[in-house]
Order: sequence, then structure tokens, then C-alpha cells
Amino acid sequence: MVDFGFGLVPSSRINLDLFDREKYEKLVAMEPDAKICMACGSCTAVCTAGQFTPTSLREAIEDVFNAKDDKALEALKACQLCGKCSMVCPRGINTRHLILSITKVYSKK
Amino acid sequence: MTPLLYLLAIQAADPEVIDRIPSGYSHFVIPFTVGITFMLCWIGVGCVRLLAAIPKADRIKFWKSLLIPKTIVKNLRDLFGDCLFHVKIWMRKPLLGYMHSAIAFGWFMLIVLGHIEVALFVPARLNVTRGGLFYPIFYRYFVWVNPGHTTLRGSFFFFLMDFFLLYVLSGIALAVFKRFRSIVLGMRHTTKPSLADRIALYSLWLIFPLRLLAESFTADLSGGSFLTVGVNHFWHFLFGDKLWFTPCWWAYSICLGLFFAAMPFSRYMHILTEVLWILLRNAGIQPNHPRKGVAEAEIYACSSCGLCLDACPMNVQKKNLKYSSVYFIRFLRRHNEKKINAIADKCLMCDKCHALCPVGVDAPALRRAQRATVNDTLPYDYSYLPLAVPGSILAGETTATLGTLRGGTGASLGDASGGAERSEAVERPKVLPGTVSNNKVLYFAGCMTHLTPRIIKSVEKVFKEAGVEYEFADRDGGICCGRPLMLAGKAEAASKVIEANKKLIEGSGCGTLVLSCPICYKIFKEEYHLEGIKVVHYTQFINELIASGKLKVEKSEKKIVYHDPCELGRGCGVYFEPRAALDQVGTLVKAAKEYDESVCCGGSLGSLTLDTRDRAKISESSLENLLAGDPETIVTACPLCLKTFSEAVSNSRLPIKNVAVKDFAEVFCR
Repeated sequence: MVDFGFGLVPSSRINLDLFDREKYEKLVAMEPDAKICMACGSCTAVCTAGQFTPTSLREAIEDVFNAKDDKALEALKACQLCGKCSMVCPRGINTRHLILSITKVYSKK
Repeated sequence: MTPLLYLLAIQAADPEVIDRIPSGYSHFVIPFTVGITFMLCWIGVGCVRLLAAIPKADRIKFWKSLLIPKTIVKNLRDLFGDCLFHVKIWMRKPLLGYMHSAIAFGWFMLIVLGHIEVALFVPARLNVTRGGLFYPIFYRYFVWVNPGHTTLRGSFFFFLMDFFLLYVLSGIALAVFKRFRSIVLGMRHTTKPSLADRIALYSLWLIFPLRLLAESFTADLSGGSFLTVGVNHFWHFLFGDKLWFTPCWWAYSICLGLFFAAMPFSRYMHILTEVLWILLRNAGIQPNHPRKGVAEAEIYACSSCGLCLDACPMNVQKKNLKYSSVYFIRFLRRHNEKKINAIADKCLMCDKCHALCPVGVDAPALRRAQRATVNDTLPYDYSYLPLAVPGSILAGETTATLGTLRGGTGASLGDASGGAERSEAVERPKVLPGTVSNNKVLYFAGCMTHLTPRIIKSVEKVFKEAGVEYEFADRDGGICCGRPLMLAGKAEAASKVIEANKKLIEGSGCGTLVLSCPICYKIFKEEYHLEGIKVVHYTQFINELIASGKLKVEKSEKKIVYHDPCELGRGCGVYFEPRAALDQVGTLVKAAKEYDESVCCGGSLGSLTLDTRDRAKISESSLENLLAGDPETIVTACPLCLKTFSEAVSNSRLPIKNVAVKDFAEVFCR
């Protein structure tokens, strides 16, 4: 690799070759709303679990796009499914089902 | 009853009827006997398998319940009321009730009276080895009346048999009519029968006309009353002296045989399984699996009557008909996993189908159990919960531990200052152990109420006006009550949340817990088991405040309509307190459908897969339902309903922009 004189921190490096299209299509089939998020972050702002842990649906969706499946699961593991996010979503995304679907599709179990 | 039968049983000197075939057998009984034997074997094996699949503790509970006098009375009442008379249908739709009860009760009486006749006149034939299985059914074929020896008793039974046959026939006629014009009987949608259903249905339709045909052909020999003898005269007029009655009896027997053979695969299995389900239901046994044990009895007790089709709020759109409880249960029967999951996830869990079901099949509970089979094992991590509720922690530790907890995963959040602020917020709910005395009130707003701050504001105002001493449990945010997790089928995760909240509530030492969200209210009441703490919904609490004179209200002429939130009305049975309180401040007008028939607003957390557009359609129809009495204000007692209706009113194409949507507490604060 060419030495540019600076490097990327491994944790923030995005390798899109790792993006698993099959899994993503499975997710979209389960919950088509996965595609329409505009990353406004309203969900994260009202999140009940977000008061105590860095829970964020916005980030989870981004992580899925960036082939960081583990991080996506990490961002959702504390979710209590209370549904506040679905009430504030300007795109009307069915957030609870999206969260369940991401967990179902990407969890290793 | 016994002395009467005894009197009736005194034999006349000469036999009243002659057992004309000594062997008591004729070939035409074969189809019927084969059919019913198959069905009886099937149900016998099924019963044993079903009871074996129930956990042992539940099984013992079931046997014991059959000995408790109170349950026995309830069982008898329900068996007659639900299985035979269909009281629940009668009360809602009389004509439909008449149809169902005519077929069920009429047929039941025909069987019972047929057996009594045999017991009275040819008692030896009741023995199974001498044809007891089929003899009472085809009694009229096997006997001759002894001319000149007929008694009043005999004629009485002839009359009863004819009367009940006519009664059943009237029911069948209505049933056939219902296939074409169901709306006349009060049903907008009816169930689409499956193949087995069709076979059983058409043979059921034919059974009774054929019975009339067979019995009327032999009525001049074996006796009859106004109906059979009358028709018999007509046949003689048409066909002359000699009537060939054997083909009629063959046809009748084949139809019966076909019906019983198709029964296990059709919806008509409910006729017998209903009994088992009612006994299990009254014993208080809950299904813990969507398919096995009690659930199986429940599934087979569904008669596919289709009353849940009209009840379901999703069915404002025809495409959603396939998600109704009746089809859910059908697919459960067929083990069609893919469709079962799709239907289970779509439901709003408003519980209306359960409330209106003639045999009380709890389809939402089955759906929850089905969701659990898919979602319960999904990964989650709630290790932060004990730190999130203040009741269980020492103040000093909070920040530090939460800091480390966040340290591991906090990198993605980026800035450290944001993290520190949040940790402080955790500390804030200041309900420390023992600070609240027993007569004090604890108010728990819950997640959804925090999204609608107008509710919190007005509840606090009302409390201040009435001089209620209270503590706010989650002023700066708490954790979820666990009900949404429960509804999604994540019971294990829900138990973690419940445990954490329980510590908070019990640690506060309050005597009364007031909740402003029906979703919280239901789970606090049912799953938390809070010893010595009265759990009330704020509608009940405010009603009490008014009744005791602590809260002064003024009556106005304003027309108010009250919307029953699903979880509060059908879920917890709170219908009257909110209405009693609202009656003090305004004039209550009726909605088109109220109480346990109220229509879900569409905002329910119960559904997992229903999208926004479908929900909006439901809100629209629910709103129309409320506007039936031309109200000025719509009042509801649930943050979700409030939000949904506010949006529905502003989006509505109807000229209703001046209709105000208010929360229950808002009405009472000045």
C-alpha cells in the first residue's frame, strides 16, 4: 500500500467488499422500510434505552450499509422495543420490526 | 326430570311399536357407521394426545377443576350457553344467533330425543352390540307403530321430533341463504371455506332435508307428526300407494357418513372440541405453545364462523382479510409455518376478535405464543438495567459504573461530554427508598407519555388542583414497562425489564401507583405482582378524586365522545370509570361502536409488520366510528390513541377541523 503519511483507525475503516448483499436483500424482503431511512436521527433522540447506552437505530442502519454487522447488532442490543422511535419517524418507518429484522438477519446465533 | 321419565316409562299392555327387523340391521347403515366410527376413533386419540401434551401441573389443575362446584356451574352454563344456544351471538345479531342455535340445539335435541324414544320403546337396542351406534339414529326405519295402540306419550315424542326437525331445517335454510346474502344476517364478510369445509358443509345442508325425506317416506308405517305425516300424504298423492323408501334412507346414511368422515378435517370438528376447550378454559389453563396442548383444543374449537372478520379493524382494507384470526387458526391447524408467522406478526393485538368470539378463542394469545417461538431467542443485552433504575443503586456508584459500561461501546458516539451529561440524567429520578410514605401516590408516565408531554402537564395540574401528594417516578425518563417486548414475543427480555421496574416501584414505598398509559397499566396489573401497592389507571384515579370531592369540576354542554383504548377496555375491563368522570364535565355522546366493540385507533404497538399507510386507513375508519354522534371533543386515555387521532383529524378529508382531540386529564384541568 502507498504510504500517504496517515492511516485509518481500524475501528472506523469501511470495507465495502465485506458487504453481504444476500443478507441485505433478506432484510429488505422482511422489512422494506429499511431502504427509506434518511438518517435524521429522531429515533436515536427519543430512544428509551439511549438514555443509558449508546443505542441507535440510525447508526445500526448505517453500519449495515457499511458492512459492519457486529456494530449494528451492538447498537441495537439494549433496545427495549418500546416503540417511541416509530412514533417520531418522519419517514413512517416501522422501526420496531426493522430492529427485530436486523437482529434476526445479522445475529450469529 | 327423573320422576317424569319414570312416569313415561310405564309400559302399556301391548307394545306401542314393533321392532320390525329382528336383526336390527340393514345394509344402508354402513356409510353412517363407518363415518362415525372413524370420527370417534380420531377424536379419542386426539383427546389423549392433547391431554398428554399439557404440562403435568396444568393437567392436575384441569382434573381438579372438574370437581369444584363453582367451576361445574360455570362449565354447565357455558356449555349450554356457548355450544348449544350461542347466547353471545344472539345478543349481538339475533338472526345469526337463531341460525346457529337452531342447527346446534335442534340437532342436539333430535339426537337426545331419538335416544329417549329407543330407551322407552325398544330399550334392548341401546346396547352397542345390538346396534346401539346406529339404531337410535335410524329408529324410524326399524320400527312399525302398532296400529290402535298409540298413546299420548308416543304422539308427544312424534310431535317433538317433528318440531325439532322443522327447527333445524329453518336454521339450515338461513345458513344456505347466508352463503349468498350474508349481510342480511349481519355479516359483511364470511369465511372462505376450505375443501374439507365444503364437503362437510354441503353434506350438512343435505342431512336434514334427506332426514325429512326418509322419515316422511316411512311415516305411514313408523309414525310421525304434523310434518312427516303431512309430507307423507303428499308423496302418496304423487307416487301412489307404494313408496320405495330404502333409497331415501341410503342417501340419508351416506350424507351422514360423509359428514362425519370429513368432520376431523373441517371446521365442524368444533362441535365436539368446543366442549373440551370450554372445560380447559374455565379451569384457567393458558396455552404456552401456539400449537400444542391447550392451544390445540383452542384451534379445533374455532368454528370458522367468521365473526372475527368483521370485528378486525385491519379489515377496512379487503387485502387484510387474510390476516384475520379465523385464517390464522386455519393455518395453525395445517402447520403452514410461513403463513402463520406472517399473520401473527401483522395483528394489532387489539383483542377484539377474542372479546367477540362466541367460544372465547384467544387468538391474540396464540399469536403472542407464535411470535415467541421466533423472537424469544433473539440476542439482547440488558445488563445496564439495574444501573438505570435508581431504586436499586447507591447514588455515588451510578456515574462511575455507567461510565465504564458506556466506555466499551461508547466510541461510536464520539464525544465524551454527551456521555457525561447522559450519565447525570440517569441519576435524576429522585425516588429513593423510603422517601414516600404509604398513603403517597407514585406517578409513572411511561415511554409513550413522555412523547406527549401535554398529558404529563395536565396530569400534574390535576394532581395539584386536587391536592394529591405525589412523586414522579420517571420525570427525567425511565425504562419501558415491558409490555411491548411481551407483545413482540420476547418474554424473557420482558421479564428483565419488569424486574428492574419492580425494584424501582417497590423501593419507592408508595401505596398507590398511578399510570397514564394503558399499555403500562395492563402489564403492571398482570405481570408485576406488586404486593400491597394499588395499581390504578389515571382515569380510575381521577374518577375517584371527583367522587370524593377533592377535584371540583363543572358540568358543561360540550358534546364529548370517549374512545376506549384497546389495552384499557378489552385489555383490563376499564369502561365505566372514565365515562362516569367525563359525564361530570360534559355531555357524553355515543360512538357507533363502543365498549368491547370499540375500534382500534391503528397506532397500536401490537402489530409488528403493519405499515404506516395501512395504519392510517384504520385510523380513518376508527375516527369515523367516533364521529357518529357528532361530538365536539374526542377524548381518549392513551398517549398512542391521542397521537394517532390528532394526526387523523388534521389529515382527514372530512370537515372536522374544529373537532378537538383531548387527553382524559386535559379535560379536567382548568
